[in-house]
Amino acid sequence: MRDLFAIVMLFGIYSLLSAGFFVSMDAVDVALTEAAVGAGITTVLMLGTLALTARTEKRKGHGPLLPLLVVIVTGAALIYATLDMPYFADPDAPAHQHVAPRYIQESGTEIGIPNIVTSVLASYRGFDTLGEVVVIFAAGLGVLILLGVAGDRRHDASPSTMQHHLVLRVITKSLIPLILLYALYIQFHGDYGPGGGFQAGVIFAAAFILYSIIYGLNSAERIISPAVLRFLMAAGVLIFSGTGVAALLLGGNYLDYDFLAHDPVHGQHVGILLVEFGVGVTVTAVMISVFFNFSGRSNARQETGKQ
Amino acid sequence: METVVNILSWAFLLAGAFLGISGAVGLFRFPEFFTRLHAASVTDSLCAALIVLGLILQSASLMLIIKLVLILLILTYTSPTAAHALAKAALHGGLKPVPDGEGEPSSKS
Repeated sequence: MRDLFAIVMLFGIYSLLSAGFFVSMDAVDVALTEAAVGAGITTVLMLGTLALTARTEKRKGHGPLLPLLVVIVTGAALIYATLDMPYFADPDAPAHQHVAPRYIQESGTEIGIPNIVTSVLASYRGFDTLGEVVVIFAAGLGVLILLGVAGDRRHDASPSTMQHHLVLRVITKSLIPLILLYALYIQFHGDYGPGGGFQAGVIFAAAFILYSIIYGLNSAERIISPAVLRFLMAAGVLIFSGTGVAALLLGGNYLDYDFLAHDPVHGQHVGILLVEFGVGVTVTAVMISVFFNFSGRSNARQETGKQ
Repeated sequence: METVVNILSWAFLLAGAFLGISGAVGLFRFPEFFTRLHAASVTDSLCAALIVLGLILQSASLMLIIKLVLILLILTYTSPTAAHALAKAALHGGLKPVPDGEGEPSSKS
């Protein structure tokens, strides 16, 4: 298959199917991430990349035999590796032996929030999550550096190509508040149900991306300007690491939320809320900023193509 | 009473499943883009609505029913819009619908 457009669509379908698979394995948080990131925003960003590059794959020098061989060897090695894996839901599996029992038994009294995934992600493994946020921040920085920070890529406010799509405009206008509300719900209900900063940030960004697809990049940038986005990208990481520093100053270890309030459980609640907020802010800003840069580039390219 | 509800809900579910399968068949077998889109959007709208209705009749708690109704609302909002956008994009891209009887002869076999 050489049509990259179809390949991107297949990737989206694959992500959606694996999200369903995760739901049936009771990993709802992962499923939500997979549906929002894998099926949603990645597809949009991939399409943006295709608009910047080419729609069909270049013809390669070699035949299909070499890739087929690589795939078969890798697949055989992976299947061989599964022989060593414990059976599904085996209580003696290493994953259920090491720290998991402690998390499951103690997190109710230590952290006091029902969703253990959130306690592990934001509190027990807070340092790893900080690393992930920094990775997202670095990715956003990379896109900004490659595709240009400068705001001078457009000269005139060219009307959006979607101007005549009345149905789309009306439906979008009524859907965007719902999407934003849902993102806020995911963000702040992440302690109790599935969700959290990563998923909420992506969904929040999806609303803005939808708006800028339908109403044009210029009107979207009037609502949330690239400078604000760059500020928010850094602000989220700062909120996260600042929470850690605050814990340090109040007498605990880095990212040890026990000291943030008068009693440890309350401190954990405050810390997790702040940290998830930081994650959400950074993810939203990076996603919107990456999309703005991609579509700004392809707009500029279309204009130069016309002239 | 319960039997009536069960029969009704299974009728909805089966009708929805039938429409889903017929939509899939149409998506593969119809000759050109717009007829295929028609088949796919039947799956989107009526099939999904019937299945959700059947599930509403099966569900016990009020909360579940409210959630299903909300899903139904979102579906009736979004899927016709998606079909509309697809059709409009295709027209915009220069794809013309082929009126009946003017299709390529190979599609008649």
